[in-house]
Amino acid sequence: MATLIAARSSTGEVTQDAVRRALDVVFDPELDEPITDLGFVRSVDIVGQDLEVHLRLPTSFCSPNFAYLMASDSQDALCALPGVGRVVVELDDHHDSAIINHGLATDAGYKGTFRHEAEKGLDELRRTFQVKAHTAAMERCLTALLRADEALAESALGDVMLADLPDGPEKASLLRRRTTLGLGCHASARVMVDEHGVGHEPDQVPMALRRARSTRISIDGNAHFCRGLLRTRYPGSGDDQTRRVDGEEPSDPTFIPLSDLKEHPR
Amino acid sequence: MYTKDGESYFIVDAHIALWDARPENIRNVQGQQFIDCFYDYHANLSPESEVWPKEEYLYQGGERLMKDLFTDGYVDHAIFQPAHLGEFYHRGFGQTDEASALAAQHPDKLTYNHNFDPRNGEAGLDQLRADAERFGLKGVKLYTAEWHGDSRGWKLDDPMAYRYFELCRELGIRNIHIHKGPTIRPLDRDAFDVADVDHVATDFTDLNFIVEHVGLPRLEDFCWIATQEPNVHGGLAVAMPFIHTRPRYFAQIMGELLYWIGEDRIQFSSDYALWTPRWLIEQFVDFQIPEDMTEYAPLTTAQKKKVLGLNAAKMYDIEVPAELRLPEADETETGPRQPEAADLASV
Repeated sequence: MATLIAARSSTGEVTQDAVRRALDVVFDPELDEPITDLGFVRSVDIVGQDLEVHLRLPTSFCSPNFAYLMASDSQDALCALPGVGRVVVELDDHHDSAIINHGLATDAGYKGTFRHEAEKGLDELRRTFQVKAHTAAMERCLTALLRADEALAESALGDVMLADLPDGPEKASLLRRRTTLGLGCHASARVMVDEHGVGHEPDQVPMALRRARSTRISIDGNAHFCRGLLRTRYPGSGDDQTRRVDGEEPSDPTFIPLSDLKEHPR
Repeated sequence: MYTKDGESYFIVDAHIALWDARPENIRNVQGQQFIDCFYDYHANLSPESEVWPKEEYLYQGGERLMKDLFTDGYVDHAIFQPAHLGEFYHRGFGQTDEASALAAQHPDKLTYNHNFDPRNGEAGLDQLRADAERFGLKGVKLYTAEWHGDSRGWKLDDPMAYRYFELCRELGIRNIHIHKGPTIRPLDRDAFDVADVDHVATDFTDLNFIVEHVGLPRLEDFCWIATQEPNVHGGLAVAMPFIHTRPRYFAQIMGELLYWIGEDRIQFSSDYALWTPRWLIEQFVDFQIPEDMTEYAPLTTAQKKKVLGLNAAKMYDIEVPAELRLPEADETETGPRQPEAADLASV
């Protein structure tokens, strides 16, 4: 069926590929990755102009607020697709599947879905994890710089500017997260800043770096654990996951030793 | 006790359970999903040789527990940390009668901690008094994500919870083990938020707060709070098995904990029956921080001995043979420990 639909793409109808590309903008806020890379999109069915998309998560007990965000963001992204008809998004096998799916089907919004359990909204929660994602991206860039330059002192990191960072996926990822937080990306902007763009005194820099490191370790660790749990829970789902280099281990099927990465910088 | 290369390690498994998730005890789909989730953790993180069939995983019973921990598992003493989960299981998940009877039968080997839920109000306070007397409680296990009627979670700094902590103080229950989340209320906030630990630790400085799973999946938030509060400790339940599948991540967890909270406040556990202690202990004693991770100092034998048993033994007044004891490290009470011990800048 997938092939048939893909073959019709030239006619301008909604296709499997178009649906999945639309879902690329939906992020797991906690793991800071698109749900399409994590393998969370279980199925996409297209009948005429109508869509039915099923999502799956690593456990039944994944936080329902994150689960809801991903499901409702998916619905929003799909409804915005040109030429799309009815959109049904369902979250499978979660302890709150019934509540969330009913909320999505009736367009009830966050408060309408969770009623007495919801207070204001999920903007602050989303922001908390955007800040963590920025912190981790910043640490990756600065630690890479430290590893590459033996003469660079940790306490000097507070003066590093965006222009000092080599181009590559790590810098691109940092810039994207800065933009999300509204920090600006001028070449002379300091790299080591908090979510308000405020830097650190030299004597505070090592501690701030350590703190950022613990955030990066946590996100990478969670991301790989969640990916692994999804593969255990849904055999075959690993085929839908793309490689995550950050936090990769020798036990991962896609692992490439660090020494190779050094010889062939990404 | 475990002995390797001439070194002997006194072992305290600080977080174990005797649960029952057999079909006749499962109350609803959430009960089924809960044990399924545990089994996926087990299957995902265990070495292939240590994976149990699902039917064995549902219930172990006292005899099997004693064998897995004490005959095969090198454990000298273990501490029950039961989760109630009365909304998911008819007779609860942790088996109170069976576990406490087993502990009464083997007081040298087992300590029984119980739980409370502040949403039980005044009646729950009376129950806690009765439980303290019945079980001789030194500690409790609190699960803030427990469902309770219309409420699907609570916070440690809820006013009623404070009444319970005051009673703990009065009853001599000093060790408060906390499993954070996923807590659904308040739904607007991060389900694993550990900020409430900060508040209670500051307000009850004479109680020990052991954050299980070292705050995972919020290791960073846990470390930041724990480094500022001398009475906050880290329990390694669920973090331990990463030693096998994700050893670099495990090294980072240990490196961060030693940096932020130091070697005297980390406690080993297998989280039995999620995993069994034998392979975890063997691998931990052999474990070392990878050489390329120069941001962390290598683990010392003394640190391993403390984590594997001496730290929990001290908290619970468990007698340790004189030749196996170690002095406390000369470390600061708050703030980073021995930050000069490792330095990435020297890579």
